[in-house]
Amino acid sequence: MCYKLPGHCNKRGLQITGMTAKVLMKGNKAIAQAAINAGLQCYFGYPITPQNEIGEFMSDEMPRLGRTYISAESELAAVNMLIGAASTGTVSMTSSSSCAIALMQEAISAMATAEIPGVIISVMRAGPGLGNITPSQGDYFQATKGGGNGDYRTIVLAPSSINEAVELTYKTFYLAFKYRNPAMLLADGMIGQMMEPVELKPFDLKIPDSSDWEMDGVGKGDKKRAPRKLVSLHMQGDDLPRLNDKLQRKYNEIQQNEVMYEEFMTDDAEILFTAFGTVGRVAKSVVSKARAMGIKAGLFRPITVWPFPSEQLKKCARGKKVILDIELNEGQMMLDVKAAIEGACPVELLSKLGGEIIKEHDIMQKLYELKEKFACAKGGV
Amino acid sequence: MKLKSDSEKHLIIAGFGGQGVLFLGTTLAEAALIEGKNTTWMPSYGAEMRGGSANCYVIISDDEIPSPIFDEADIGVFLSKAAINKFEKNISKGGTILANSSMTGERAIINGINYILEPLSDIVAHSKDKMLLNIMALGLLIRKTGILTRESVIKALEKVSSAKKPEFLKFNIESFEAGYNMTKEMARC
Repeated sequence: MCYKLPGHCNKRGLQITGMTAKVLMKGNKAIAQAAINAGLQCYFGYPITPQNEIGEFMSDEMPRLGRTYISAESELAAVNMLIGAASTGTVSMTSSSSCAIALMQEAISAMATAEIPGVIISVMRAGPGLGNITPSQGDYFQATKGGGNGDYRTIVLAPSSINEAVELTYKTFYLAFKYRNPAMLLADGMIGQMMEPVELKPFDLKIPDSSDWEMDGVGKGDKKRAPRKLVSLHMQGDDLPRLNDKLQRKYNEIQQNEVMYEEFMTDDAEILFTAFGTVGRVAKSVVSKARAMGIKAGLFRPITVWPFPSEQLKKCARGKKVILDIELNEGQMMLDVKAAIEGACPVELLSKLGGEIIKEHDIMQKLYELKEKFACAKGGV
Repeated sequence: MKLKSDSEKHLIIAGFGGQGVLFLGTTLAEAALIEGKNTTWMPSYGAEMRGGSANCYVIISDDEIPSPIFDEADIGVFLSKAAINKFEKNISKGGTILANSSMTGERAIINGINYILEPLSDIVAHSKDKMLLNIMALGLLIRKTGILTRESVIKALEKVSSAKKPEFLKFNIESFEAGYNMTKEMARC
């Protein structure tokens, strides 16, 4: 365990290259390796299932690479260590799950306020409360609406496969630094625990420069610069209204520039699925199978769940007979779906809670119901 | 209505902690990757693993795999009595159950399922060479179902074993071959 960055490695830029062959890997380990590829210098964490392999992997790899791994005494400590390290422009992260991410909300709000680029990996388990350790998507509200106080936003990316989890881990680090904002990878227990072949492509983004704001010491003599501060408390005059204006302008910019989503066979679809994360891949498979039976289904899958692809979904929903929102929670994303489409078509929900998994036949069954109810085109089965 | 593609094979591997069911599943998934197929591996995780039952779900397919979790399996490999009791009902009609009859004992056969019952624990106990129960079951599975090739599984064993404990590679290969070439004489112990 070390608190200082060793002299022989710079704060970022260490890359692992030449690993483009497919390897069989658990999602948690792939995410951890991706973070290391992205130049992670400091990992802080406290154990919780179903994301423990991230901490385990980091405890092996980070010291071996001369980087910092700290097994924190609590989630509160871990996330506040993240604030400290990221304040210095150091690429840093923590990882946790549901009820423990809940403990970090105050710090995430503080990071957003002080514009500190902390990265948080959230591997969701079933709630509410301590719940259980099975896969769930019950933390959509927690991630996108925030449990912390005030008008802040967290950038949230939701992968549907392990390959995408690697790609989005890279993007999470990039966006955190680009916008000086907390950014979260929102996976579920299924992504964390499963293994599938993954291609660990090299990190091909450049972490934006932090030298004009990072807390790297004022220096001495000729090299002395003006002091800087990164604070969450703004008591003077109109500091706080001005900060809020600035933050909102930044959030608008993120909304304009960083939306990611997948559309699959949506053009002529009559029934449009909306789903994120692992449910998205199940829904996509059902679209293909429904099409083979002559049912015009399509999928719109938000990849950034904040910023939510509202404009894009609104456009996509035009002319559809119905949207079926599919989630491992009681329709938390459905509220964003409804707000986005502004009443363009009815929205129905297929949900499972508490660790139950939505399978292809669940969606297909609901699809048949909707086909009858909304008198969609007949197909030969 | 059929949702699963013909190439998609669902396997449940189950036993108790220490029998190596997760390793067996990992080897299958590695071998599938070697054959250029899509594969997923999903373990039971958390408190269930400590001292109690252990299981993993493996899917091998030529197509994209929607979800690593399923209700119905084509193949069940059950190394303990608790495993077969829990998962026998999840094997679809026309499917295959490979069970360690040393532990599962005599049982009623469900119509429409192909049973491969061998006293694997007894064979391992009476073998003059060191044998590994899980890998012997894997050899038998490959021989009886042809779900993957012998060659790719051996390559997978070389990969998985050398990463963990190189000295186990020899035992793994020998155990695999013993299962693959299992004869009635062996099964009689």
